[in-house]
Amino acid sequence: MDWLTYLPSLAQGALVTAWITLASIAIGAALAFAAGIARVEGGRAVSTLALCYTEVFRGTSLLVQLFWLYYALPLVGLSFDPVTTGIVGLSLHVGAYGSEIVRGALNAVPVAQREAARALNFGRVHTLMRICLPQAIVEMMPAFGNLAIETLKLSSLVSLISIADLTFRAQSIRNITLDSATVYTLTLVGYFLMSLVLMLAMRLIERMVRRGAAFPRAAHA
Amino acid sequence: MNKVLAQQPDAASAAAAPVIEFRNVTKRFGALTVLDDFNFAVAPGEKVTLIGPSGSGKSTVLRILMTLEPFQEGQLTLAGIPYHEPNGKGPFRASDRHLHQIRSHVGMVFQSFNLFPHMSVLRNVTEAPAAVLGLSRAEAECRAIDLLRMVGLADKKDHYPAQLSGGQQQRVAIARALAMRPRVLLFDEPTSALDPQLVGEVLGVIRNLASEHDLTMLLVTHEMRFAREVSDRVCFFDKGRIVEEGEPERIFTAPAEPRTREFLQSVLG
Ligand SMILES: Nc1ncnc2c1ncn2[C@@H]1O[C@H](COP(=O)(O)OP(=O)(O)OP(=O)(O)O)[C@@H](O)[C@H]1O
Ligand SMILES: [Mg+2]
Repeated sequence: MDWLTYLPSLAQGALVTAWITLASIAIGAALAFAAGIARVEGGRAVSTLALCYTEVFRGTSLLVQLFWLYYALPLVGLSFDPVTTGIVGLSLHVGAYGSEIVRGALNAVPVAQREAARALNFGRVHTLMRICLPQAIVEMMPAFGNLAIETLKLSSLVSLISIADLTFRAQSIRNITLDSATVYTLTLVGYFLMSLVLMLAMRLIERMVRRGAAFPRAAHA
Repeated sequence: MNKVLAQQPDAASAAAAPVIEFRNVTKRFGALTVLDDFNFAVAPGEKVTLIGPSGSGKSTVLRILMTLEPFQEGQLTLAGIPYHEPNGKGPFRASDRHLHQIRSHVGMVFQSFNLFPHMSVLRNVTEAPAAVLGLSRAEAECRAIDLLRMVGLADKKDHYPAQLSGGQQQRVAIARALAMRPRVLLFDEPTSALDPQLVGEVLGVIRNLASEHDLTMLLVTHEMRFAREVSDRVCFFDKGRIVEEGEPERIFTAPAEPRTREFLQSVLG
């Protein structure tokens, strides 16, 4: 029953993975909305800035970004602890992909809705917040669900900047015990369970959003 | 200071002056000229119908009035307010604030209703008065219920647009536009998207509105019998110009222009 002795260490790693994933999803979602809205509603300067951000972080590998944040930033005097670095890197990555989801969903709101808002003399902010976003956000949810799972899976890359996440712990145990089959089976199960929870949580959020979007008064109160 | 005077014409001159006035307006989409040196005026309270072949620019006239489309040349005024500002920037040559002020006098009913699908009927009608005019929720709801009663849909106030027929949706859209108390209401083919058996209920509502003598109405429609019944004036529109206009009786019974005759023959059969 060796595998039981691996569990405490793996569980600790899983906690780190969960924390990094959740923090990155939360911060990344905020970045995604900011950049996505900037792309659609911003003036030329703002939307170009958002476009650059999106393309740079979508166009380069997350691993290299993490290395860059971890090894290059300290050279210019900016250094964070590894976990913060991991969360920053992953958040920027999630934000870049998420901004495309936000942009696509906002653009998919029929032009007629904006015109109706205009004819009723709504301002830009009101049109965005009360007319476009509530309709768009429902469309975003499935894609955001995928992105959340993707984030969990990508988070294993932070093990390469010396963060003791689930993958890192698995490798450490394997290096000592050489019991690859058992360790990696447990690790797979661990990731799968976490993604299951994440998937259920996203479904729940999706349902809440759907309901909130359809009953703005309830969401308002 | 000049601007303030222009925006607040005194009551006497406003009564005499047209509420809508296009002077030599030219509108282009790229190389396509849709309105060419267009002149057109509507008196306060007048009900005017635009008829004409597809693609002749009828919707464009309404969309320009609603500030959904900019125009390139000429002058347009609404209730005495010019659309272009002297130093206005952007395609509309006016600030957002100026456009906001223009829009406070005009409302529009669209061919495809364009209700907000995520809001209840009541919310559709109260949202703008509350958010734009600053009415309290209670005041806005009071106003909305009155209007919904007028269009015969007070009992549907908690429904969502998807739960209504097309005719009902268009009646809600009319209530929604009226809730902003516009001086001018624009209708762009309000019944064209409806099943034939639902056209009547919407026309009924518009017919009742036409008896309000303060409201200026500009209608685009293919319902010729209706146009004849409700309008003070019918304008036959072709290729971005008004070819012929006059009292409905005369236009429909004795059109002077061959193009008008041709068009009426093709639509009346
Ligand atoms: N956004 C646009 N971009 C380019 N061309 C346009 C645009 N909107 C309208 N047009 C063109 O302008 C012309 C006038 O269009 P408009 O919609 O005003 O016609 P209409 O008289 O309302 O026709 P219909 O009876 O079919 O509604 C048409 O040739 C149309 O193709
Ligand atoms: Mg049209």
